Amino acid sequence: MTPLQAFVTLPVLLPMLGAATSVVVSRRASAQRVIGVVTLALVCVVAGVLLVSADANGPIVAELGGWPAPMGIVLVADRMSALLLLISTLVTLAVLVYAIDQRISDYGRETASTTFHPIFLLLSTGVSLAYLTGDLFTLFVAFEIMLASSYVLITRRTSASRIRSGMTYVIVSLTSSLLFLTAVGLVYAATGTVNLADLAGRMGALPEGLRAVLALVLIVVFGIKAAIVPLHFWLPDSYPNAPAPVTALFAGLLTKVGIYALLRTQTLIFPQDSPSTLLLVIAAVTMVVGALGAVAQDDLNRLLSFLLVSHIGFMVFGLALHTPDGIAGTGLYVVHHITVQATLFLVSGLITRRTGTVSISQMGGLAQQAPHLAVLFAVPAITLAGLPPTSGFVAKLALLQAGAGAGVPGELVAAVVVLASLLTLYAVARVWVRVFWGAPKEPLADDDPNDELVVGTARSARGMYVGAASLVGVSVVIALFAGPLSGVTARAGQDLHDRRGYTDAVLGPGAGTGPAATVSATGRPGDLDGELTVRTAGGDAGGPPGGGPVPAAAQPLEVGP
Amino acid sequence: MNTTINLTMAIVLAVLYSVGFYLLMQRSLMRILIGIVVLGHGANLLLQVSGGPPGRAPILDAVLPEQITDPLPQALALTAIVITFALTTLLLALGYRSWVLVGHDEVQDDVEDRRIADRLKPKGAMEEGTADETEAGPEDTADSHELEEGRR
Repeated sequence: MTPLQAFVTLPVLLPMLGAATSVVVSRRASAQRVIGVVTLALVCVVAGVLLVSADANGPIVAELGGWPAPMGIVLVADRMSALLLLISTLVTLAVLVYAIDQRISDYGRETASTTFHPIFLLLSTGVSLAYLTGDLFTLFVAFEIMLASSYVLITRRTSASRIRSGMTYVIVSLTSSLLFLTAVGLVYAATGTVNLADLAGRMGALPEGLRAVLALVLIVVFGIKAAIVPLHFWLPDSYPNAPAPVTALFAGLLTKVGIYALLRTQTLIFPQDSPSTLLLVIAAVTMVVGALGAVAQDDLNRLLSFLLVSHIGFMVFGLALHTPDGIAGTGLYVVHHITVQATLFLVSGLITRRTGTVSISQMGGLAQQAPHLAVLFAVPAITLAGLPPTSGFVAKLALLQAGAGAGVPGELVAAVVVLASLLTLYAVARVWVRVFWGAPKEPLADDDPNDELVVGTARSARGMYVGAASLVGVSVVIALFAGPLSGVTARAGQDLHDRRGYTDAVLGPGAGTGPAATVSATGRPGDLDGELTVRTAGGDAGGPPGGGPVPAAAQPLEVGP
Repeated sequence: MNTTINLTMAIVLAVLYSVGFYLLMQRSLMRILIGIVVLGHGANLLLQVSGGPPGRAPILDAVLPEQITDPLPQALALTAIVITFALTTLLLALGYRSWVLVGHDEVQDDVEDRRIADRLKPKGAMEEGTADETEAGPEDTADSHELEEGRR
């Protein structure tokens, strides 16, 4: 394993080790803070190196434990995954800075927590693993690490009024995880492998109907996680009730990881030459339903959650086109949206701390009382609506151009994109008028001082502003460097559409997308009995995924938790 | 190459999945939890079955290669069992917490749904819906539930 390949494992290993260390020092609050920030900053650097290297020299593949693909687990950093990893970790870091300061101003400087910091880093581990993994089952494990951490974060310090939404979230996510497990079983039974690159080659040999079923199951699974309509119902119900940094993290990352998984599996395993009608319809409905839901809301956080659902539709739209341009547009949109949605939830947290309420109709005149808050809200809000010259405009333009180049269905949904953008603009403008203009109102007293949701004091520490402002800065930087960035996403879209770069990197040149080897209906992988020499830790949870023979050298394996 | 499926396993899986999903639809948290457990068993069994017909233990030099069973789905299932076990425990703890906080283990109504349902009702039944409408937001979940309890 070359140093660069070893680098691919770091975004997973560093936060995991950081989480463990954070538990060990759980009595010292300051040590926990340092560990969290330093770990995430290191991962940012690693992700940056990976992105530069993947953009220059193609995908970097790390074979865990030295087992070659498709038998062993591989981690793959190509342009798309490295780019999303970088932006996700940057957002996580900014949210952590915000959260640290919120905790200091709420509980005091000395209060340490045995759960918050370790779980926060574990969530980051799961997100990194989901981006990097080249294996369907490891993707399931990554989702579980991520979701299990999110269950803890969303139900921590929960009160009677908030336990219901937490339960909804946990039950819905668990159900989708079990469906994911079912999908893995079905895929393995049909093809005899769970390696994504290997699947890309073998899936083509399956009957049309079976392939459609597998594609549909995976769309449903990732659709629940990404909150596409009609599988979105849990999101506006559960996200708004968590503390602001947690909501920001979930809104920024979790749904985007679902989109990334959808993007990866649909382009790699189920490639198409023409736009997918199903996904186009889903995208259009998601955009409209989300935006209309947002217009109807009075609760600031619920409004933002519906906008999140609406903008998931934009990303599905680019994917549905199944063209390099469309996929590139989705990539650009994800990068832009991760940043801006997290920012908006952080700023919403600052607003509710000041006003003591989440109800828009009970706020007013904040522009006079807190002009800096007004700036912090205005920039991401305009970015989300996609007015020029923001990053939202650049990303939306890429999607619209891709839609216009994809025939009549693409053009129709592109029109829906414009409509949903206008509705988004209306929704955020309504917030602006109600919250920042008008007669100033007195902050409401906090009705439940024990919850983290509404503090109802103007006491917001500087770090919270720094966290939110740095994310605003990131989205401005995205807009400034939109040229080079869209170059990267365009090449990433080309990669994903072409598939060969990915499969060649994982399986070796020419091995991937050729005609499939023997595939049996019951999933006895390939009947490669001739040269089968097996020595494996029987029943060990860390058995290498991928069917077929196992190399004779028994080596220590990377074990999923 | 064996292309037939094991009918017994298929029926068992069908029963596990349908029972699991049926229980998920219930209002009691405990039944939902059992539903998740049953569904988890179904998914793990499916992983096992996906490895094809059973064979001998995959030990080198002891069995002929064509007799051995596919070890990979078992490894996957083992990992998945550990995960479902851990998450079931978490859900159990959450259910208990919910019971301590709220006093019963029923899944509570969604406030938004409640309000929409109230709007659709004839005028006479509106008296408790109007209280909700003035103050939106999830904070009043508990209140609206108490109101609903009272109405019963």
